[in-house]
Amino acid sequence: MGYGIYLETWGDYALFARAEMKVERVSYDVITPSAARGIIDAIYWKPAIVWRIDKIHVCNPIEFTNVRRNEVSSKISARSVDSVMNGATKPLYINTNEDRQQRASMILKNVHYIIKAHFELTDKAGETDTIEKHYNIALRRMRKGQCYHQPCFGCREFPANFRLLEGDVPESGLTGEKDLGYMLYDMDFTDPENIQPVFFRAVMHNGIIDLSAREVVR
Amino acid sequence: MSEAIKNRYEFVILFEVENGNPNGDPDAGNMPRIDAETGYGIVTDVCLKRKIRNYVETVKGDSKGYKIYIKDGVPLNTSDKSAYEYLGIKEEEAQKSKGEKDNQIRDFMCENFFDIRTFGAVMTTFVKAKLNCGQVRGPVQIGFARSIDPIVQQEVTITRVAITTEEDFKKKETEMGRKYIVPYALYRAEGYISANLAKNVTGFSEDDLQLLWEALINMFEHDHSAARGKMNVRELIVFKHDSEFGNTQAYKLFDIITVERKDKTRPARVYADYDVRVDVEKVPAEVQCLRMI
Repeated sequence: MGYGIYLETWGDYALFARAEMKVERVSYDVITPSAARGIIDAIYWKPAIVWRIDKIHVCNPIEFTNVRRNEVSSKISARSVDSVMNGATKPLYINTNEDRQQRASMILKNVHYIIKAHFELTDKAGETDTIEKHYNIALRRMRKGQCYHQPCFGCREFPANFRLLEGDVPESGLTGEKDLGYMLYDMDFTDPENIQPVFFRAVMHNGIIDLSAREVVR
Repeated sequence: MSEAIKNRYEFVILFEVENGNPNGDPDAGNMPRIDAETGYGIVTDVCLKRKIRNYVETVKGDSKGYKIYIKDGVPLNTSDKSAYEYLGIKEEEAQKSKGEKDNQIRDFMCENFFDIRTFGAVMTTFVKAKLNCGQVRGPVQIGFARSIDPIVQQEVTITRVAITTEEDFKKKETEMGRKYIVPYALYRAEGYISANLAKNVTGFSEDDLQLLWEALINMFEHDHSAARGKMNVRELIVFKHDSEFGNTQAYKLFDIITVERKDKTRPARVYADYDVRVDVEKVPAEVQCLRMI
């Protein structure tokens, strides 16, 4: 665990949709470990490594706001694209006036987290993949503000600012113990044909959610 | 088509609204969107993306490679009969597995549709999880736009003499309606462009980038309506990084641009009431700062 990092990340809005409320989306109270991993993956990731989230520090009070937007209700159909590719002449588009639904989102406001994470090598790691190498690349990217793509808080319209935290971790303004109930831990991708969600019981103690001793349930 | 972009970009847009409603809130009877606690006005990311799509559709028509997938209202080209050309598909078809076909479909859509190349899209797939839930991420990412100062929502009651139903016509001479306007507000939106997603996923090119800048500058020029009032893009400031991964933190670049009201005792009513400062000295040497307007 000598190769852990602290990443500070903050933004105006965030939406970590609860698995059970996806139509009218409602965010979890705090960032999920899977979203935190997504933020770090956006900065640096290779198939040779896998990021593990150890702790999440919640710095700001938990505040919600509501946004309702017009959204389209269908996806692009692979079958109709395929037929057009093969010379069919049917129109290929989604008409937003006919194919529309209004969906509300309960989103978080003014979020600020400190994520403690480390990575492990996977079985895809080759001979040249040393821990030091990946650790140094990750550090360099975080220090310089470089990223593969801009990380976000749950949805791409809520961009996440980030910087490497070196030195002391500031104390959270939140105190006491709060049980946040069952939260999504991550998706289990071991079988790509059948991706399964994994949950854990989130307890926040003085603003810190410790994931190192978490017990996951399916 | 030119090559995929090789630099990371960030951009800031400042746009104004005068006596109009930039983005109605369906939850609040179409009043302008507002952050209820602070009073700042909001324009959603999808609202701005709609304008960009509409602009590209207006100027590019139906030309090859610039089709728009997510259309607004009745499409202009219902009589479209042109078959799409996609190289090599026929002869390879037979031995393609369905997984490869998913990638072909993705490439085909990216090549033909500007909005998919730019913003990404969600598609159904033949093979489950092949395209990561069918998701294609585009390089361009836009956040919510927020007004510089708290906005005032003004309700304007209007009357009309044309009565809808005959029954009503016997009872009254006019009907009342209402619209909501913001007398004046300046909004700021921030965006990001990832060279990696352009290069590895959608092929968003230098030509596309020029078209995007043009669309951002002119996005309200073809969007006039009774509800919008007068809307204009006043600034498009672009930060061009030297490399794909970028050279500095995005938030540091955004902090370089400050917008302030000159006279705090008086409400703003024109763009000249604001002071826009770009601290060029704070821009790192590896980043180019371009004012596009």
